[in-house]
Amino acid sequence: MEVFGDVLSWFNDRANWRGPSGVAVRLAEHVQVSLAAIVVAMVVALPVAIWLGHKRRFGTLAVNISNIGRALPSFAILAVGSQILGTREVPVIMTTTTFVALVALAIPPLVTNAYVGMAEVPAEVRDAARGMGQSDRQVLFGVELPLAVPLIMAGVRTSAVQVVATATIAAVVGGGGLGRYIIDGFAVQDHVRVVAGAVLVAVLSLATEVTLSGVQRLVTPAGLRASRRTPRIADVSPVDPALQAA
Amino acid sequence: MTARPDPAAAITFDSVTKTFPGSRQPAVAPLDLEVPSGEIVVLIGPSGCGKTTTLRMVNRLIEPTAGSIAIGGVDVRRQPATELRRGIGYVIQQVGLFPHRTIAQNVATLPRMLGWDKARIGARVDELVELVGLEQGMLDRYPAELSGGQQQRVGVARALAADPPVLLMDEPFGAVDPIVRGRLQYELLALQERVRKTIVLVTHDIDEAITVGDRIAVLNTGGVLEQYGSPDDLLAHPANEFVEAFLGAERSLKRLTLAKVSDLELSGGPVVPADATPTEAREVMDREASNWVGVVRGDRFLGWVPREALDGQGTIGEIEAAPPAALVRPASSLREALEVIMNSRSSVAVVADGERFGGVVTLEKIRAGLEA
Repeated sequence: MEVFGDVLSWFNDRANWRGPSGVAVRLAEHVQVSLAAIVVAMVVALPVAIWLGHKRRFGTLAVNISNIGRALPSFAILAVGSQILGTREVPVIMTTTTFVALVALAIPPLVTNAYVGMAEVPAEVRDAARGMGQSDRQVLFGVELPLAVPLIMAGVRTSAVQVVATATIAAVVGGGGLGRYIIDGFAVQDHVRVVAGAVLVAVLSLATEVTLSGVQRLVTPAGLRASRRTPRIADVSPVDPALQAA
Repeated sequence: MTARPDPAAAITFDSVTKTFPGSRQPAVAPLDLEVPSGEIVVLIGPSGCGKTTTLRMVNRLIEPTAGSIAIGGVDVRRQPATELRRGIGYVIQQVGLFPHRTIAQNVATLPRMLGWDKARIGARVDELVELVGLEQGMLDRYPAELSGGQQQRVGVARALAADPPVLLMDEPFGAVDPIVRGRLQYELLALQERVRKTIVLVTHDIDEAITVGDRIAVLNTGGVLEQYGSPDDLLAHPANEFVEAFLGAERSLKRLTLAKVSDLELSGGPVVPADATPTEAREVMDREASNWVGVVRGDRFLGWVPREALDGQGTIGEIEAAPPAALVRPASSLREALEVIMNSRSSVAVVADGERFGGVVTLEKIRAGLEA
């Protein structure tokens, strides 16, 4: 309980918020590197996964390859990567090693969700679209993508939360972010700083989750929400007299 | 409004063959088939008979291995597949409505692709909603909010949106319950009266084929055409054992459903004019092996007179006749007529065309009608 009080006073100390190692700067660094990693992962992974899902080909291959990224512990990438790529600081992305580890972590959920979201658009919906004379492009952009967007967005959300949480360990190989408080706090046995850093990371992860859940809801087409929101209306078409007589 | 069939909408299959890659047996053997303009032709057969493949070759969702298909004499490969499909309505079993679009947007899909202006699209959507028996209130709903039968109606409206001369329907009523199916079949026929499209419909339900088809093409495994003819043709003269087995038992009963009273020879039977003598009436009864005789004056049926009421004097018109209870219309099915006969004391149904007497139906006439 004593630590808890001390942590509160740590947060109340304005000095901890300012300066090159203050919360404002560390938070900005953390968000920056996370955002950069997610955006790059999206640019790399989504077009490929969406295209493969559209073609319904090489699905297992794509998912398996991206899962290698998931199977590799981020910590291992950091350890090995720092030996190869060094720990030189790069603007925005902190160190190249950190960045590679975060991108590798971000890709699997993006690929899996985008592939599945596209591939699971009901066959009859695609068939009807094609049968109506829609071009491949029209089917992709007008039918498949809008229907896959909720799942794609769920992938982005999962990915983002993982990246935000994991960006913390980037401090191990140098660079900024909220992990600095935890790593440096441990180094000098400053438990108050460790806990304060952990609280900040947790709050940021939660905020990411909540924000992206909201975004996911916003981009879900109304018709896909309709089935859960309102009951079906009864079959009210007038009974044909000829049928009544029969 | 009864539209005339578009003469340019006949579909001709000329030695059409489809062999899927990796398969030795053709899915569709060389198939020659003529689908007349403005008719409903049903493709039916067991699974693996290539009926859906045949259908999907018309709008080139599947390309034939050999042979050609022409609509109105024009080879379907003369234009790009997407353009061809925009001129052919397509309805499938699972409907395939776009779940993220409202009913109005679904129906307007093709007109929008064709670049119609807003007013024209709105008017067309309203017209279609009325045509397929939906309600205006549904237009802003999403497909998930509709029942299966309603979704199927939307599917038909969407297929008809750009008024295509040809409609392809792949088991359109396969996913709805039997009661709704019966109603949709009836609605399709009523719709066809108004729009006169050339319709190719795939089903595995022989009763559906008999109900909606002007002609039925029975396909066997490997896309072999076993018989092509009107439902009555098939039922009366199945070409071989396969067709016979496929049509199932009770072929005669099915024909009873199909044939109308007006198809029968209605003159004759135990009927005499009002000025006939009791002796003449007795002769007719003996000839017809009946204990009742119907009395007709002009084109009016006066009623039935029993044998024991004949007292040998005057004309038969002077005897009080029992009013006819067993009435059928010329448009009644033979099955309805049979039901009426079974419930009548005289074993004879009187055909009334409004007030006019149109003859009588007996069991013997029904049997003779089915043999014809």
